[in-house]
Amino acid sequence: MSQIAAHYSYWITIFLMVAGMYILIARGNLMKKLVGLATLQTSVYLLYIAPGKLIGGTAPIVAEGFATYSNPLPHVLILTAIVVGVATLALGLAIVVRIREAYGSIEEDEILALDRDAADPAD
Amino acid sequence: MAVVVVAMASQRNLFGVVVLFGIYSFLMATVLVALDAVDVAMTEAAVGAGVSTVLLLGALYLTGGQEVKPLHRPYFPLVLSLAVGGALAYGTWDLPAFSDPLAPIHTHVAPRYLNEGPKETGVPNVVTAVLASYRGYDTLGETVVVFTAGAGVIALLRRRKQKHGKK
Amino acid sequence: MKDDIILRVIAKLTMPFMVLFAVYVQFHGDFGPGGGFQAGVIAAAAIVFYAIIFGLAAGQRLVPEWLVEKMLAAGVLLYAGVGVAGLLLGGNYLDYFVLAHDPVHGQHRGIFWVEAGVGLTVAGVMLKVFYMFAGRGRIDEEEGA
Repeated sequence: MSQIAAHYSYWITIFLMVAGMYILIARGNLMKKLVGLATLQTSVYLLYIAPGKLIGGTAPIVAEGFATYSNPLPHVLILTAIVVGVATLALGLAIVVRIREAYGSIEEDEILALDRDAADPAD
Repeated sequence: MAVVVVAMASQRNLFGVVVLFGIYSFLMATVLVALDAVDVAMTEAAVGAGVSTVLLLGALYLTGGQEVKPLHRPYFPLVLSLAVGGALAYGTWDLPAFSDPLAPIHTHVAPRYLNEGPKETGVPNVVTAVLASYRGYDTLGETVVVFTAGAGVIALLRRRKQKHGKK
Repeated sequence: MKDDIILRVIAKLTMPFMVLFAVYVQFHGDFGPGGGFQAGVIAAAAIVFYAIIFGLAAGQRLVPEWLVEKMLAAGVLLYAGVGVAGLLLGGNYLDYFVLAHDPVHGQHRGIFWVEAGVGLTVAGVMLKVFYMFAGRGRIDEEEGA
């Protein structure tokens, strides 16, 4: 039983990750896919930071009166990951805007249909 | 947070999805503060709930479409997601328990940074010291990544001065 | 939105504090949470706030496009420049120990300039992307006008 309580943080993270992944692959709207991707990335931050926490510790800023500090290494990695994530989101959104202007729609099925019609030598 | 994500998945209105994403980011920032990651929480709150939401809203205005079409059959993605989730959960069974002081990540590199960092760099914030000094090369790469993303957005969205729409 | 008196007053009252907070987070990142990334994003958010309330043209008069583009590149160059300075002064690339008379002071200086470069680039990119998205205009509106 204590095993389950000990691993609870991992499982909630996995649930968030899988939910984000589901939004990414199961929905056809490109904007919603991007939001799913962003959710997936955010839950990965939780995956890295949760194991770094020490109960009874404090933020990893060395100061008088504190003995235990939470692990600072995951924080460093995740800081970089957050900024890279927003860079990815910005680029993805720019691509979606261009797709909208080129195809007139941001639904995956409609775009694929338009591509198939354009590739057909029907005219 | 799980409730917010499930609501995001089932929502059709894209504006609602973006607002839910903002709520999700704020909740994540709060959880990160509870996990003692104050730098990360500040960045996540500013970036996720601030800039990301603004960019999503801007793109939503540009793409126009408000509603998502109903989907056909989500069974395969659902099964796939559950399978991946099950595999991940099986993998985490052997990982160290939450907040175990004897876990490997607390015993090798971290104490060295926590003890030597302020002495060698003179900076009490160990996260900043590691980010800017010990792992400064990675931060250089990350700055270049941000710059590349900005350059990419400029390249994609720059309009010529002519008035007849896209080039 | 610039016609709404409440939004205008609140924006004018809070914008200086936002910019001040961004500068505080940038330079106080050594002693508390903060550093380059957070400061850059907060500064960009302050300008975005101003542009949302007072209109994109007013925002672009405040921080013109050419300035933002220069900021983008200047941040990365500053960071790389600190590394090259380490090379020129006899150490390795991005070596902070040789930047001053004393290794710890060298670290201070190196971290200061590096974080400044990061903050510049991040603020520039966020602002530029916002300008690009907000200044584009919908394609169907353009054809009608």
